[in-house]
Amino acid sequence: MNTGEAVLALERVAVTLGERPVLREVSFRLEAEQFCALIGTNGSGKTTLLRAILGFIRVQSGRVDRAAGAVGYVPQKITLDPGLPLRARDVVALGLDGARFGTRLPSKARTARVQQMLRAVGAEEFAEQRVGALSGGQQQRVLLAHALVRRPKLLLLDEPLANLDVGSTAEIVALLRRLSHEFGAAVLLSAHDMNPLLPAVDRIVYLANGCAVSGKADEVVRTEVLSRLYGYHVDVLRVHGRVVVVAGARDESREALERDPVHTITVP
Amino acid sequence: MMHAWIVATLVALAAGCVGFFVVARRAAFAAHALPLGAFPGAAAASLMGVNEFWGLAGFSVLGVLAIGQLQRVGRREIASALWLAGALALGVLLLNLSGRYAQSVYGLLFGDLLGIDTTQMAVVAAFSGLTVALVAWVARPLLLDSLSSELASAAGGRASALEFAFLGILALSTAIAVPVVGAMLVFSLMVGPASAARAFTDRPWRALVIAVGICLVTVWSAIALAYLTNWPVGFFVGVLSSFCYVAGRLRGGTTALAQVA
Amino acid sequence: MGAISAFGLMGGFWSNQPVRVALAVGGGAALVCAVVGLSTVMRRQAFAGHALADVSGAGGSAAYLLGINPLFGFLGMAAGAAGVMEWAQVRDARERDLLTGVVLGAGLGLAALLLYLDMTVRSVSGAAITVLFGSMFTIPPSIVPVALAVAAAALVASALIFRPLLVSTLSVDLARAQGVSVRTTALIHAMALALAVSLSAMTVGAILSTALLIGPAAAALRVARRPASALVLAALIGLVATWGGIALAYQSYYWTPGRGWPVSFFIVMLIICAYLVASGIARLRAGAPDAPPLSGCQEH
Repeated sequence: MNTGEAVLALERVAVTLGERPVLREVSFRLEAEQFCALIGTNGSGKTTLLRAILGFIRVQSGRVDRAAGAVGYVPQKITLDPGLPLRARDVVALGLDGARFGTRLPSKARTARVQQMLRAVGAEEFAEQRVGALSGGQQQRVLLAHALVRRPKLLLLDEPLANLDVGSTAEIVALLRRLSHEFGAAVLLSAHDMNPLLPAVDRIVYLANGCAVSGKADEVVRTEVLSRLYGYHVDVLRVHGRVVVVAGARDESREALERDPVHTITVP
Repeated sequence: MMHAWIVATLVALAAGCVGFFVVARRAAFAAHALPLGAFPGAAAASLMGVNEFWGLAGFSVLGVLAIGQLQRVGRREIASALWLAGALALGVLLLNLSGRYAQSVYGLLFGDLLGIDTTQMAVVAAFSGLTVALVAWVARPLLLDSLSSELASAAGGRASALEFAFLGILALSTAIAVPVVGAMLVFSLMVGPASAARAFTDRPWRALVIAVGICLVTVWSAIALAYLTNWPVGFFVGVLSSFCYVAGRLRGGTTALAQVA
Repeated sequence: MGAISAFGLMGGFWSNQPVRVALAVGGGAALVCAVVGLSTVMRRQAFAGHALADVSGAGGSAAYLLGINPLFGFLGMAAGAAGVMEWAQVRDARERDLLTGVVLGAGLGLAALLLYLDMTVRSVSGAAITVLFGSMFTIPPSIVPVALAVAAAALVASALIFRPLLVSTLSVDLARAQGVSVRTTALIHAMALALAVSLSAMTVGAILSTALLIGPAAAALRVARRPASALVLAALIGLVATWGGIALAYQSYYWTPGRGWPVSFFIVMLIICAYLVASGIARLRAGAPDAPPLSGCQEH
């Protein structure tokens, strides 16, 4: 499996926030143009992991290796101030050169690139409106364009499907999938519900108990694999084509955990 | 001197109570803008030949209305800034027309303990008592509203009414404090002690009591030091309040309220 | 007749040396305040902007006490206070409002002492009024080059950090993901703010410079849709209000014989009018039928 070029590689990463250990030992690799979902329940450390990858949080131990070049990032639940005089178009343009000091004269090439990006995410209709006045779904498209306009090799999205209705969810997943091919970016996208993503993803990173297991979806989402990850028995059920992970009896598995502490499981 | 001492104690009582909410609601700018914006009222009063206090109170009320109205248009800090600028511009004009002495302007801005007489003391006592009573009355809904205005609305409070009530109490307590510590420094008596109080307890009402206590100590020390050195009392109030804040920070003041507010 | 007298007045207006100095320094201050104020309002630092102005007043009174150029007094104090606020803010952003209040309190306490010493030690009784409310017509011409240099420095600094500051205002996380050095940008902005504030504190006075800093920017933000137009509009409002205020104050010598009305009064009133007009325009627009739709993604 480790044949392609790694865009992102985590090795035994541990992160402690304040006194609380959030991530204990997380390892996985992401290769070029892979579409990968980061799955975990609320509070399992998905956002912390993404922020550690971005370098916002110091890693206690272990390594985070990122391929050189830009990283695109779409944060979770960002509130854009409606008082800012920024059109959707301006936000995308800031994605291109927002980090540069100094001013720059308007250029045709830049305008064209921004326009192309707006079209790619389907944001042309509201490109002239203040970004703070747009709906949540519209803002998400603008932020996606902002993240992609520099052609990053790696795109990180934090819960992009939260707060979307079922129809928009499928639409956004399809859009992300298409864009990652079009722009050649590896995508790591966090979600608490894996079901809308299962048909689209190449790989899955399942985060629980401060540890992660990664691999193809049908290799990871299995009763014995997830039980070892959680440290107690869980059942992976398939109901009407949906996958549901249900906690089993706790006592027997705790004993098992004490005998044989599990940290990271790598699925072949 | 005795008058000054009593009046300062009354002012500290009111300022401590109100300061707790100023800190919880992050309203330091409003607490600064209201009294300073009321200062032209004193100039207007002397121009018309009435008691200074009524001028201050009148402009405080105007300030509450103006900030309340401007808040509907824009953000609170913009509302505070514009009211402050407008009121002071008016004050400059009034000063200019009334030709007041620089000395008395200074007294209004930075406090003048010697100018306090018995009638003024009675007024301060009445209004300081009123402030404390009003705080006691709205304390619980106001605290809930400071935590989350949605929670307060769900519990049956009206966010806009509570904001007006808060601004009104703030105006009342600052109007009485202006002659003592001056328009410039009233707010530091509210911000410093109350923010330090958060470091000593996690319980809201205990924090309020501690804030009042620190306020009293600050004012008493400031008066004593001003008396000894003959320097302006405002200087000591400003500096001691800052020390309170720093002391609170050093004690690691991140209690529940500090995180929420 | 009216035209002739107006011509006569304006003729005197242009040839008057203090007026020319006021126009130059005031115009510079208005321009810089509008530009720096825009980012200050967007970053919700209006209180910090006001606090810096008040605190710089302490530097102004210290300058009177020491007998040095007041601009350096204003400048030194404002830069120091801005540095303290930026330095302490790094650890805990939620404390910003309180910290600003505390710095302001300490600075004002210092101002109280220094003004008192001005009065007792140096017997400069007008210092309090000059420092706090400014006096445009008594600016010494020797200050003009220094003041314009300060203005230019603040403008260059603002232009330099324009885009990184805009991104970090939008979202700190987005900025960091893009490689913006958020701390450096914020520090440069704080210094530009200190320059702008001390310049305006000296001209319109410490406690009125808030109007010049916040007013034009807040008005422009209500109507402008893109950063560049907000910038131009804010600068325009600031300049028109300042120069208009100077002209009105000059005229006012003829309204109340022997006593002119203060310049800062006119400037502030013009700025507030501009803000109210801008708010009215914004409200009219919001009520117009071509307003942006409120809900969105699934509609198209």
